[in-house]
Amino acid sequence: MRFAEAWRVALDALRANRMRSALTMLGVIIGVASVVVLVAIGTGAKREVERQVEGLGSNLLVVVPGKIDIGAAPAVSRLSLADVDAVTRVVGDPARVAVTVASGETVRAGRRADFTTVQGVLETTPSVFTRQLGRGSYLTASDVDTSRRVAVLGASVAGALFPDRDPIGQQVSIAGVRFRVIGVFAPLGQSLGVDRDDEVHIPVTAAHRLYGTQRIDGIAVKAPDRERIDALGDRIVAELTRRHPDTEFSAVTQQQILGVLGDILGVLTGVLAAIAGISLLVGGVGVSNIMLVSVRERTREIGLRKAVGARPRDIGLQFLLEAVLLTSLGGLLGMALGVGAALAADALSPVPAAITWWSLALAFGVSAAVGIVFGVVPAQRAGRLDPVVALRAE
Amino acid sequence: MTGGLPAGVPAIEAVDVSRTYQLDGVSVPALRGVTLTVDPGDYLAVIGPSGSGKSTLMHLLGGLDRPTGGRLVIGGRDVGSLTPPELATLRNRTIGFVFQAFHLLSRTSAVDNVALPLVYRGMGARQRRERAAAMLGRVGLGHRLDHRPNQLSGGEQQRVAIARALVTDPTVLLADEPTGNLDTVNGQAVLALLEELNTESGVALVLVTHDNEVAGRARRRIAMRDGVVVSDSAAPPGPAEAAAAGGAEPVGGVR
Repeated sequence: MRFAEAWRVALDALRANRMRSALTMLGVIIGVASVVVLVAIGTGAKREVERQVEGLGSNLLVVVPGKIDIGAAPAVSRLSLADVDAVTRVVGDPARVAVTVASGETVRAGRRADFTTVQGVLETTPSVFTRQLGRGSYLTASDVDTSRRVAVLGASVAGALFPDRDPIGQQVSIAGVRFRVIGVFAPLGQSLGVDRDDEVHIPVTAAHRLYGTQRIDGIAVKAPDRERIDALGDRIVAELTRRHPDTEFSAVTQQQILGVLGDILGVLTGVLAAIAGISLLVGGVGVSNIMLVSVRERTREIGLRKAVGARPRDIGLQFLLEAVLLTSLGGLLGMALGVGAALAADALSPVPAAITWWSLALAFGVSAAVGIVFGVVPAQRAGRLDPVVALRAE
Repeated sequence: MTGGLPAGVPAIEAVDVSRTYQLDGVSVPALRGVTLTVDPGDYLAVIGPSGSGKSTLMHLLGGLDRPTGGRLVIGGRDVGSLTPPELATLRNRTIGFVFQAFHLLSRTSAVDNVALPLVYRGMGARQRRERAAAMLGRVGLGHRLDHRPNQLSGGEQQRVAIARALVTDPTVLLADEPTGNLDTVNGQAVLALLEELNTESGVALVLVTHDNEVAGRARRRIAMRDGVVVSDSAAPPGPAEAAAAGGAEPVGGVR
């Protein structure tokens, strides 16, 4: 039998059982669509994180106590402002060093309240990280030196506390202590469902007094250029290790952060794709099942075809193509559905999604392969049917 | 039209052919040593009660099944030495089947049903349709090419099946109770058609039936009982065979 003829016969068989074909395809459609959507979301999340880490500013070095690794427990910080001074001496330029000591606090203004992250920082933060002020001004060196109770609000905190007033010059209370608002950040927007404007900056010295601690959670250094970034990191870690011999320190660059996050998100995407793959597998089992039913139903047709000269191979090919056609059509529809759902998710929700060609090619290839794998057994069974027995079937 | 066989070579030759089925480990003999020759252009009827082995014999003569003993040669080829694909090709080239239940593909037009055997020859669609349409014209259904089986009467459906059996230009036409599902008028017409085709094209006609009246029209009659041939009007029967023939009426030619 000619190949084109076999395709036509397979297509006719699918058409004759429209409802059953559609329901069988549904399993494959859902499987392929979920692979496409989940891979798109995984890829979108990865790109979003990359964009943000790069958006922090270039040549950034973050120094934290403990090891930076997947699964490492966060270490209790023993860094202090004295250590920051030591790091500043290593760097040689105070403007390149930023610090943070962060705590979740309720910030109140009048009857309004907002729970947010309050960060104790140095006046260098906007220059080390790329942060822009929307209104007012940022903290000054003198604010830090004198522990002045002044605050710079993130855009959403400002919106929550002062929906109808200019926050500049207003009083807020943080953990019961009054601060004066001197500035508001330009909004950064949301990423991965996290509000990046939900924070308040106060002088680190004021934060220490407020929290009753001397600790520094982390130090960020902007290296003068990319070439010297690793050496600088080594020197900072060496200095801190000298000061705290029993504590381990890590200096990580954006590239390293990107690498770690990329690994995490890669694993996540892989797991999601695997889960979706299982649904595709289940769809394949459905195809196999329906093909076996189809072979049984059409036993007399198989017998007749054999009687008039169909070889086992001709019959097998007919049923195999039917299965492949079923899953390939399901794959195409699933791809369309998946792309549509991913684009809709990207446009209408905070979930980022990016369609990659390889994921489409993979999904289609897998669905066609599923048809072959799960069509082979029913096809072989059909091909091997004894024509005498087949012709007698009810 | 003898399928290209040299003169004098039988279309089908069975020598001491037996067929035993294994059912749950028990051997059930359906045929117990049948020797039979079908010559090109023959018109023979195989008759016998149900369970006599006549259907098994027809399956063997048509190459749908293989004997478990003896030698079976179809179109000059020993069935025992052929692989399933080779046997399929042999069926396609030398045998035409007509079944009691017609066995037409229900969702397929008459002309495509007739063309089906040509599909397995790798013939192109247009040529198939031409030959199938010509064959349908020959059986008097030239005006029903694109009708589906459910749009045709039983007699017409069996004519489509006959056209399908003959479109490949076979050596032997095997008809298993071809009138069994038809009323008398349509049954007579179908028989007349088969006989006409046998006379005109020279295709050997093997009619399997339990109907003595139908069998009576054949030039040669083979009576079967319990898996053996009890009489063959082409061969002189022994006294025992003649006595065992029982239900089979003697016809002219039996001595």
